[in-house]
Amino acid sequence: MDLIWEGLRDAIRMLAHNENSVYSIAWRSVYVSGTATLISLVLGVGLGAGIAFRRFPGRMLVLTLVNTGMGLPPVVVGLFVAIMLWRSGPLGELGWIYTPKAMIVAQTVIATPVITGFTAASLAALHPRLRLQVYALGASRLQMLWIVLQEVRLPLLAAIMAGFGAAISEVGASVMVGGNIAGQTRVLTGAVLLEQSKGNFGPALALGIILLVMMVAVNALFTWVQLGTQRDRRGATGADAQAAQRAPISSPWATR
Amino acid sequence: MGDALTVPKLSARGVVVRRGGRAILDVGSLEIAAGEVVAVIGPNGAGKSTLLLQLALLERPDAGEVLFEGAPARGRELRLRRRMAAVFQEPLLLDRTGLANVETGLRLRGVRREERRGRALHWLSRFGVSALAGRSSRTLSGGEAQRVSLARAFALEPEVLLLDEPFSALDQPTREAIIGDLHGVLSETRTTTVLVTHDRDEAARLGDRVAVLIDGRVRQTGAPSEVFGAPVDEEVAAFVGVETVVAATVISRADGLVTLLAAGHTIEAVAAGEYARALVCLRPEDVSVSTRGAHVAGSARNKLPGRVRRITPTGADARVEIDCGFALTARITRRSIDDLGLAAGMEIVASFKATAVHLIPK
Repeated sequence: MDLIWEGLRDAIRMLAHNENSVYSIAWRSVYVSGTATLISLVLGVGLGAGIAFRRFPGRMLVLTLVNTGMGLPPVVVGLFVAIMLWRSGPLGELGWIYTPKAMIVAQTVIATPVITGFTAASLAALHPRLRLQVYALGASRLQMLWIVLQEVRLPLLAAIMAGFGAAISEVGASVMVGGNIAGQTRVLTGAVLLEQSKGNFGPALALGIILLVMMVAVNALFTWVQLGTQRDRRGATGADAQAAQRAPISSPWATR
Repeated sequence: MGDALTVPKLSARGVVVRRGGRAILDVGSLEIAAGEVVAVIGPNGAGKSTLLLQLALLERPDAGEVLFEGAPARGRELRLRRRMAAVFQEPLLLDRTGLANVETGLRLRGVRREERRGRALHWLSRFGVSALAGRSSRTLSGGEAQRVSLARAFALEPEVLLLDEPFSALDQPTREAIIGDLHGVLSETRTTTVLVTHDRDEAARLGDRVAVLIDGRVRQTGAPSEVFGAPVDEEVAAFVGVETVVAATVISRADGLVTLLAAGHTIEAVAAGEYARALVCLRPEDVSVSTRGAHVAGSARNKLPGRVRRITPTGADARVEIDCGFALTARITRRSIDDLGLAAGMEIVASFKATAVHLIPK
């Protein structure tokens, strides 16, 4: 128990005095994972819509790959991205290895299948004729996609939370392609790993607590948006609170 | 101007749709004139919904083409879809308020906010659902949702309205009320409309013209009275409610009156054309029943003795199946049944006018 109290004390002290550049590490975590989540959102929504709406040969295979990808081992992703970005590798000329860019690439590979899977599943659950109805209202292809995405806004928010959670909480890939270099590619998870390996349980725990608090804060924000959406659904009369209750809030961490 | 009168608003020419190598739709030609309401009727699985998706430019045919005002629609589907509107069997409302639903199509067309709102509220009120403007679509009943869906279609002020069984999921009183409202709106706006339905009464009530679709083919088109009274073949006859069909041989013709022999009875019919054999078609509501020996009132030329086989009540009426050498069905009120004291096994006389008989040449 002492160890935990010590960790809490260390955490407060580190935050108060910005020890071990904790703020820049935390900011880098948010920047790298946030960027990766945004890129994954664009890719995942596009891919998810393609899987949900199109019939093409190999669709089953793609779906299987996406479902596998939702639980992709970060170490394997790290290894693969490292090989691609290695100085002598196929994309070595970019010079991205051991930079935040490499970490964004790795985390994008991890988060994209998560968002793709959620998007495909929620779009596939819509009434099959809804798309035709939206087209019949005069929508172009892009307008149709925009409207049906609004129909699945609740599961889509869950997808974003799950994707961000997957990105910010993984450590293997980031360390492998980023190198865990102080002041350059060190993020919270890498910092925890380093402090723990040195036997500094206090600072390790402090960094872990900071990571958890950050994740709770981000998810509180998204959950607040989700609940707001549900409140809107009840409409101006607010008559049917039960209808809003029927839509469950999916746990963003369900896939981890 | 001349063109507008002669060129159909919407037409399908040689449209073929295949599924799994089989043609599920094969429309030779179907034309919908500006301002008319065409009811497409047919049994389940006849390809009615497929036809509607083609006309709505929501699916492309495997062969043939859909023409809008005489010009092929292919390549300009989006622009043309914005001049049409469709309502399906399910209301398919979006997860937003009633008002936002009705505004959606207008928003897609870039209609400004004030006009959008004005039109949406007008049509919501026209279909009696102003009170639902602020309600979430999730909280609406089936009838309410379908009214909002109709308001959403009319708010677009479409040149062509496509309706795919919009009432079939509703209970009887709701259906009656909404059909009444739609009938009022259509006769006011004169919107060119295609209504797909399996309900003959709906088709007769709303349609200026009826097209019968069976096995993916348009078998017959014409005014409701024509299609229901003079079906071109046995299958159409069966679908439009002709319950008695019997093979007969022509024995004489004179002054437009044809005398035929069917199962030992002579039957007189008012008909034209030269043929030796025909199917005699009779709608059950055109057949009346009287007891043996009683005086048969009216001008019925055909009086056939027979025996009651079965009486099946249907609402206020009853179907009376009669055996007079062939199966003959009459529909009479339950009151008449009581008055005549009809029961299974009774000897009766079935009578019908020569003008009630429709002949399909064989």
